[in-house]
Amino acid sequence: MAAFLLFILLWQVGVMVSGVEKWMLPSPLDIMKEAADNGSALLVHTLATLKLTIIGFGVGAAVGLLLAFLLHPIPWLKDAIYPLVIVSQNIPTIALLPLLMIWFGFGMMPKIVVITLVCFFPVCVAALDGLAQTDRTMLNYMRMAGATRAQLFWKLELPHALPSLFSGLKIAATYSVMSAIISEWLGTDKGIGYYMVLQKAAFRTDRMFVAIVVVVLLSLAMFGVVRALERVLIHWRRDDKK
Amino acid sequence: MNGNAILAEARDVHSAREGGRPFALELKDASMSFAGSTGKLHVLDNVSLTVQQGEFVSIIGPSGSGKSTLFHLIGGLLRPAAGAIQVNGQDVVGQTGHVSYMPQQPALFPWRTVEDNVILAQEIAGTSKKEAREEARKWLANVGLSGYERAYPHELSGGMQQRVAFLRAMMSPHELMLLDEPFSALDALTRSGMQRWLIDLWERHRRSVLFITHSIEEALLLSDSIYVLSNRPARVLQKVRVPFARPRTEALASEAEFIRLKRDLSELLHSVQKPVE
Repeated sequence: MAAFLLFILLWQVGVMVSGVEKWMLPSPLDIMKEAADNGSALLVHTLATLKLTIIGFGVGAAVGLLLAFLLHPIPWLKDAIYPLVIVSQNIPTIALLPLLMIWFGFGMMPKIVVITLVCFFPVCVAALDGLAQTDRTMLNYMRMAGATRAQLFWKLELPHALPSLFSGLKIAATYSVMSAIISEWLGTDKGIGYYMVLQKAAFRTDRMFVAIVVVVLLSLAMFGVVRALERVLIHWRRDDKK
Repeated sequence: MNGNAILAEARDVHSAREGGRPFALELKDASMSFAGSTGKLHVLDNVSLTVQQGEFVSIIGPSGSGKSTLFHLIGGLLRPAAGAIQVNGQDVVGQTGHVSYMPQQPALFPWRTVEDNVILAQEIAGTSKKEAREEARKWLANVGLSGYERAYPHELSGGMQQRVAFLRAMMSPHELMLLDEPFSALDALTRSGMQRWLIDLWERHRRSVLFITHSIEEALLLSDSIYVLSNRPARVLQKVRVPFARPRTEALASEAEFIRLKRDLSELLHSVQKPVE
């Protein structure tokens, strides 16, 4: 935090001393002033992006988890589908966006598809890895005790995979805001992504920085919510860190 | 060594059935091999053994002689290539859910409290959690773990974790307990404390136990019978009846008979132990 404040201070002093034009590099104070003046419009855009991010992240995380839970117990299906999961990450989003708009129109749908595509992957991979790394001794214990497949999953594999699964969720939460911004670059009239495109066209560098600050804050908020949830669910590890 | 009346021949095992009650465990001519990179790995060769109801039976043998494989067969995780396995007179080849198991590492579930770890086997069998927890609390108090019901495993010492793992096996609805070198990871002092604890607990409750150990002394102290296994592929070299009266104490270890048996078993094990390659 101290390093961050020092960075802001140096930036401010640097801009003031060197006299760089505002359209090249605005100072932190300029950016704050612009954000305050532009408050209500900015809020509308921010809320639109937040809504899209939450829905997209929710759908993406759900798809990732369900896919992992489906593939884990069926090894041949996992072998068949896993390469496709990896291929899904090699498709450039920028190329995909216009296609999705042709297929799904201009509403929420194509945007949610984009965010889902970005978010499901880290969740699915982390969950599959976590499930595959189940402790062998515990697994043998459960099986000898006569546990059914469902009992194995709910009483051992899932709780055992939770820490790994949350690593995936945290990565996905961080990516979710960026992917929402990208999805807003086309075919919308609200959202921070749209706002950025507008300001870029108008060469409003200061407002571009405002947008960046909003994106960073949204990403931190998403990450923070997931981490809070992790702390509640993985309560047994909390004492380790004391 | 062979003139000793206490050392019965392995062949006599099958004549030991008493009063028509089925054995808690009966293994008949179980053989097992695995496909390895250098061809077939023969692990068990016609192993026969029995555990009577309420009997404490130990298995000792050289490292890598397939003792854990034996447990995986009895527990139903693996199928023997040949032979029969019966638990309480019921054929259990390839079937899980008939035995209670305590692994070498405590393998307690870190996300469960001590009492919820202890009731795991009952939960799997479908007993209500509330009922099982009540029983668990009684048991925990019984073995000096009261106050730790709501603790998480990482808050306990190694010895306490093994006690919880033992209780988890003890509270299982399955009568036959398989204990796989449960004390091998403990330091010597904790280990001897745990042995005393186990003798005391077992003598009060008399479950049927099959116990794997590396320690001859531990086997003699705890068991009614001891099976000595050979090097891989493991065969039963000898079944030894342990004659000492119960209740037993550690003082037993200094009696002449104990020392003689220990020396005999030690010689037998050394005679089959492959020279270090």
